[in-house]
Amino acid sequence: MSLMANQGFTIPKFQLPGFVARIGEKLPQWPHAVALTTALNAAAKLGVLPEDSLMQMEGKTFVVQVYDTGGQAAFTYRGAFFRPLFAVPEAPDLAFRANLSAFLQVATRQEDPDTLFFNRELSVEGDTELGLIVKNMLDAIDLTQIRPQLPKLPFQLPLGHR
Amino acid sequence: MDRSALPDLVCPAGSLPALKAAVDNGADAVYLGYKNDTNARNFAGLNFDPKTMADGVRYAHGKGCEVLMAINTFPQPGRVADWRAAVDGAVDLGVDAIILADVGLLDYARNRYPNQRLHLSVQGSATSYEAINFAHREFGVLRAVLPRVLTLAQVEHVIRNTPVEIEVFGFGSLCVMNEGRCWLSSYATGESPNTVGACSPAKYVKWDKRPATPGKPGQMDTRLNGILIDRFADNEPAGYPTLCKGRFEVEGETYYALEEPTSLNVLEILPEIIRIGVKAIKVEGRQRSPAYVTQVTRTLRAALDAFANESERYHVKPTWQAELAKVSEGNQATLGAYNRPWR
Repeated sequence: MSLMANQGFTIPKFQLPGFVARIGEKLPQWPHAVALTTALNAAAKLGVLPEDSLMQMEGKTFVVQVYDTGGQAAFTYRGAFFRPLFAVPEAPDLAFRANLSAFLQVATRQEDPDTLFFNRELSVEGDTELGLIVKNMLDAIDLTQIRPQLPKLPFQLPLGHR
Repeated sequence: MDRSALPDLVCPAGSLPALKAAVDNGADAVYLGYKNDTNARNFAGLNFDPKTMADGVRYAHGKGCEVLMAINTFPQPGRVADWRAAVDGAVDLGVDAIILADVGLLDYARNRYPNQRLHLSVQGSATSYEAINFAHREFGVLRAVLPRVLTLAQVEHVIRNTPVEIEVFGFGSLCVMNEGRCWLSSYATGESPNTVGACSPAKYVKWDKRPATPGKPGQMDTRLNGILIDRFADNEPAGYPTLCKGRFEVEGETYYALEEPTSLNVLEILPEIIRIGVKAIKVEGRQRSPAYVTQVTRTLRAALDAFANESERYHVKPTWQAELAKVSEGNQATLGAYNRPWR
């Protein structure tokens, strides 16, 4: 269920000041892709990403763009691994674009992606069916199952509920 | 009022986390379906494989929540066995009821599993008590879900003339068609909810976004199998890409000719719904995420409990409306047909 909502902590809708994106756009983008694919591969290794969904992602290219940080991550899924793409494809099979607060709200299950899409805070471009596969794959991750398997961190993340 | 006299709150589960969200936030029952076209939310990556289905049933039953299995599309020629296998699977899992639409499948379930509780799906499109009583007499149906086309007075008329429990929609994306009789999307795609389990199969949907350029505002086009069905300015609320909620040119004017993107919300008429004897209130949205299920279940639970505690003094709290408005399609809500003055 929700990662944080039940702990009284909510992520507000916000937009970072314009200079952040202007700086962020000039920084190398590949570290974002490396971080994101590392996390996705860790999730896949835990077995929480449905096999049938992963199969349908084979060979597809993805871009995740955060408008207000000026960052974007491009990656693909090939041969059972998420792999960073060091050049951002012009026309990826699927692109999610939003401000940082929207991505954080989705990641913490505080907001529903459809809600953000209706409100035009989240943009989905490319292969709509692939978009649904990815959205539903992430929705289907049972956080209560993976929590015990997460590595111990030096600080307490507000994971889980109740 | 005794809480046990309240209608059941029936909530959607498109995934295991959504099911847990519904159970933990006060649903009396959850409804779900298999990962295939035997149910009317056959969306890519959504729904349950047999293992997660078993986990879900165990979780819900462990917390005293009923599980209703939707097998509510119509068996396609040559593939009747797939739908029958779904019924067999549901019985094996020990679900509390199976929600069916097709009379052939109702007949199969009734004969094969006479003790299995059966509900008539909204896709069965029974809008009169005669139709519902037929399903009761022939197939032993114990509950029927009404299409969202009846006024409250008509719903009451049905309830007074049938022994079958009546379930109505209480919240969620509004369907203006007579569910189960809608072929609208097949004009654009050759497929329909009854045959493939989706109004607008995602493979036909395309969102084309054009960013703003100097002197020209940005826009997003929605296309269904190449046909332009809506166009949004930047920041204009959007809806699902269904033909019924598209904007069309009619006699020189372009507007939502059939229905605006909107959600049904019955909080205002909840006391009336309870008074006329509705047995269950259903929340639409198996395609939505666990966050939506949490928000809507929590809100409707609070409203139902408030009615149980306060009855006459029940009033809709602004926080409930705000929570529901936020997750509504197109950011707006309606009472739909329930309060329509004409018949």
